[in-house]
Amino acid sequence: MKQILELKDINFSYHTAEAETLALTQISFSVKEGEFIAIVGPSGCGKSTLLHIIAGLLPPENGRITFHGNVNPDHKINIGYMLQKDELLEWRSIYSNVILGLEIQHKLNTRTKANAMQLLETYGLKQFANARPSELSGGMRQRAALIRTLVLDPEILLLDEPFSALDYQTRLNVCDDIGRIIRNEKKTAILVTHDLSEAVSLADRIIILTKRPATIHQTVDVKFEVPELSPLERRDAPEFKTYFNLIWKELNHND
Amino acid sequence: MIEVSNNQISYLKKMRHHKQLVRITRVLLLIGFLFLWEFTADTGIIDSFIFSSPSRIVLCFLGMVEDKSIFLHTGVTLYETILSFLFVTFFSILTAVILWLNQSLSEILEPYLVVLNSLPKSALAPLLIVWFGATRTTIIIAGMSVAIFGSILTLYTCFQNVDPQKLTLIYTLRGNKWHALTKIILPGNIPSIISTMKVNIGLCLVGVIIGEFIGGREGLGYLIIYGSQVFKLDWLLMSICILCIIAMGLYGFIGSLEKWYLKTMK
Repeated sequence: MKQILELKDINFSYHTAEAETLALTQISFSVKEGEFIAIVGPSGCGKSTLLHIIAGLLPPENGRITFHGNVNPDHKINIGYMLQKDELLEWRSIYSNVILGLEIQHKLNTRTKANAMQLLETYGLKQFANARPSELSGGMRQRAALIRTLVLDPEILLLDEPFSALDYQTRLNVCDDIGRIIRNEKKTAILVTHDLSEAVSLADRIIILTKRPATIHQTVDVKFEVPELSPLERRDAPEFKTYFNLIWKELNHND
Repeated sequence: MIEVSNNQISYLKKMRHHKQLVRITRVLLLIGFLFLWEFTADTGIIDSFIFSSPSRIVLCFLGMVEDKSIFLHTGVTLYETILSFLFVTFFSILTAVILWLNQSLSEILEPYLVVLNSLPKSALAPLLIVWFGATRTTIIIAGMSVAIFGSILTLYTCFQNVDPQKLTLIYTLRGNKWHALTKIILPGNIPSIISTMKVNIGLCLVGVIIGEFIGGREGLGYLIIYGSQVFKLDWLLMSICILCIIAMGLYGFIGSLEKWYLKTMK
């Protein structure tokens, strides 16, 4: 498989009038096409900062990020970003929320519009196309938020604790839902979470970060005997507990 | 058919009675007040030269309708108020947007805006008359001066209080500050823009009346000052009554604009 993204020795610190806080040190890893990576670590260790840097919202202080092995720093790829909350705009209909990114990037044409409609239909939101976000359940809203990034056809999806704002039951279902959609669309994804079971149920590889200043503590490859399990099915598989305990131990070990 | 319980029916009945009571008492209060005023003025308990009376006000109004002067005065005040309101709305949104786009500028200007906002704007009116002359333009500027600074500050604060995650969303979709403005800040703040408009329309009316007091040759403010100078209290009280109606009408208009907006968003 082709390598799509590589981080090399990424450092980052936050500056305030009082102090400088080192958030990330010496972060290096690479992601192959179609891979699902989960990054776990203690709260506030800088996981979201890392995603912001990959997305280009923050510039790294040292180190470099390369896409497709291209060292030219201007070589950027299309990155989709899913936030903690769905952030659907209440004054827009679901359809018009979904095409927000197309509007901004001036990519709105008959083909992309049809594609947006197609995605809404595939993922069961077609009859809500003209509804307001408030008429949808939490899970449907998060699905709409995912479609909003999918219509831009991103090469990598960054998921910043996208289920943390949901209640437990919805969370399991939405996690399953979103996991299936991402596999179905064959997307490369990087998920940031503090929920270990979420990481084990979704990822092919789990990167464990240390406390702040965060650096990579360990990387765990997740392999289930039966491939192509959905996130919910994975939770019932025998390996689930093994991986969960392993990562739990590693996380606490580095405390 | 939805089954309605007896308790629900009696609750609804109670609510209806309460609403009716409020409505009827309101009207009775007004009628009672007018009756008492008329009665005491007619019987000489109060001096109708100073306090006028409802019938004298109505007669005065009818007289001015006949010579059409009332339309001129009311029209001028209404025209000046609406124009200054429109200018205030436009310029305060524009300024708030500029301040939002330019963080340093807003930090630099903040103390000036705060001072200008807390300044009693009636103090400016004489100055405006000297600078710009006793014209309608001056009166419109006087109307604007009362509302504009508060309006800018309110709108700017609302713009700043927008959920930062919503702005992050725009940046993750590769938008820039302009997109953040046009896709999030402005459409998301329409309710706060309307509620500032509701405050502004009243403030503009205040400013316009102050302007007319000092520099007007027509308009209800002029009529009030002139009436008080020549002891024609009928004019004065009639103008106040008309101002009440204008204020209510303008406020009601913006209110229905708000209702219409909320309905289309449902």
